[in-house]
Amino acid sequence: MFEIFGIPSQALFGQLLLGLINGSFYALLSLGLAVIFGMLNIINFTHGAQYMMGAFAAYLILQYSGLGYWPSLIIAPIAVGIFGVIIERTMLQWLYKLDHLYGLLLTFGIALIVEGLARNKYGSAGLPYAMPDSLRGGQNLGFMFLPNYRAWVVVASLTICLGTWFVIERTRLGAYLRAATENPTLVRAFGINVPRMITLTYGFGVALAAFAGVMAAPIYNVSPQMGSDLIIVVFAVVVIGGMGSIMGAIVTGFGLGIIEGLTKVFFPEASATVIFVIMAIVLLIRPAGLFGRAA
Amino acid sequence: MVAVAESITAPAHAAEGRSEFIAFAVMVAVLIVAPFFIYPLFLMQALCFALFACAFNLLIGYVGLLSFGHALYFGWASYLSAHAAKVWGFPPELAILTGAATGAILGVIAGSLAIRRQGIYFAMITLALAQMMYFFALQAKFTGGEDGIQGVPRGKLFGIFDLTSHNTMYVLVVVIFLACFLFILRIINSPFGEVLKAIRENEPRAISLGYKTDRYKLVAFVLSATLAGVAGGTKAIVFQIASLTDVHWAMSGEVVLMTLVGGLGTVFGPVAGAFVIIAMQNYLNALDQWVTVIQGAIFVACVLLFRRGIIGEIANLLRIKL
Repeated sequence: MFEIFGIPSQALFGQLLLGLINGSFYALLSLGLAVIFGMLNIINFTHGAQYMMGAFAAYLILQYSGLGYWPSLIIAPIAVGIFGVIIERTMLQWLYKLDHLYGLLLTFGIALIVEGLARNKYGSAGLPYAMPDSLRGGQNLGFMFLPNYRAWVVVASLTICLGTWFVIERTRLGAYLRAATENPTLVRAFGINVPRMITLTYGFGVALAAFAGVMAAPIYNVSPQMGSDLIIVVFAVVVIGGMGSIMGAIVTGFGLGIIEGLTKVFFPEASATVIFVIMAIVLLIRPAGLFGRAA
Repeated sequence: MVAVAESITAPAHAAEGRSEFIAFAVMVAVLIVAPFFIYPLFLMQALCFALFACAFNLLIGYVGLLSFGHALYFGWASYLSAHAAKVWGFPPELAILTGAATGAILGVIAGSLAIRRQGIYFAMITLALAQMMYFFALQAKFTGGEDGIQGVPRGKLFGIFDLTSHNTMYVLVVVIFLACFLFILRIINSPFGEVLKAIRENEPRAISLGYKTDRYKLVAFVLSATLAGVAGGTKAIVFQIASLTDVHWAMSGEVVLMTLVGGLGTVFGPVAGAFVIIAMQNYLNALDQWVTVIQGAIFVACVLLFRRGIIGEIANLLRIKL
């Protein structure tokens, strides 16, 4: 046990870890938002609700089929992703020609519906979701205790984030995606089915949110409003990072999580607002965002 | 920028003014007759929200800026008005002015940050700033946290009119509402308003014509926030309470919904929308949690099926401007 800046190392590293965990969720969610925005030009306000749906899907899968955490980690994102594809096909696709704002309003409406339905059925109190047995316990690293599950969340989210970055920036499929973002008409002329690509991109972005939701279920309780408060913070993260770059979204997500964790140690009263304050400062100094291209 | 552009074919200018004047006269007549048939407290609530929605519409409808954090000005103004009336012992007129000033100051700060980015980012920034101030409201001592500020005295207007009677209070609310409404009408139809519409339609072109669009946007933002502040302050005095509900993001969503239902960029739309939504909330109170679901469904229906809103559809049908 030793102290850093008068703070016991246990507390410091504990909060840093919590910050990393939050950062994992910020990164996954802002990544999804950035991918969706790139292709659809829509800010997906339902993202928080879809994150919540992921957690609920895991809970329901356990309740009704007895399948545990690991199968849920695959099934829930696919199920919620399909929900996203249906939304895109039935509603969002009619809005591409209109102002961006309508996409925001529509997805906000869908978020209200989903959240309201969940609250009607399950109330506002959180439902517990058990941690998988294989990830119980933890490691004593000497300077702190590292719970296995939390380590897993950080590693898994980093893997998914970097994997997504790799696919988009380094593969042929990703090249199509980036090309379609720049100039969909031209890409269609080359015989690529852009509308289907758009649909699948939305489904993928939504699945990312649901994946984050499943991972969050054992840490926070499963509750209907778990997504709505988070999504506003993620919006601030997206404003700070700018949505132009995938890597930017990942780095900003993790970075802000860590800053938030540190704030909890040194100045707990400000921990809920620090990200918004940083957003204000970034807007003053670099209006386009840290990784953004000027609008 | 927003749907407004797609709809109305401009008739002759004189006819425009006339249809607006007739609609305004009808609205005044309805507001005079209404308290004989409808519970005044409901009317006052609807009018406060109507003013709030009109203030919001000034931004989205005429500058094309979607502020998703208007609860910030509304809610904080109601806190400050309530605090001024209760703790500082301000008379109601000064308490409401305190609310307006609160809205203006917050509008200057939030506005100068938010106008640095366009479109979708603007909406996210305003939402994030409002959420930040929500947390302040949650933590600050004077706001009373979860309880809010209760038992705010209505007091005596100018030291003469006792506002404890619903009828007197109603008259004051109607006067405030109509004054602000005419003020907004004046803004929209002024040369300044024309520049705002030019920015909505094509900002780069407005810049190329030599307009400092950022300044125009900021002034419009502050005006909107100030009027939202008047609405919030008035609501605090009428209901004698200021609470967290009014600063929560759900309130920002509600004012968007009211304006959307009534008709973005129509003068009378926000008023109609506010009455519809408030009536729905009051009469569907028994359905409790379903209200959120219904509101969401209305959002979806409005965006997909009738983007012009109630008043916009009527105006389009009659080929007039409302």
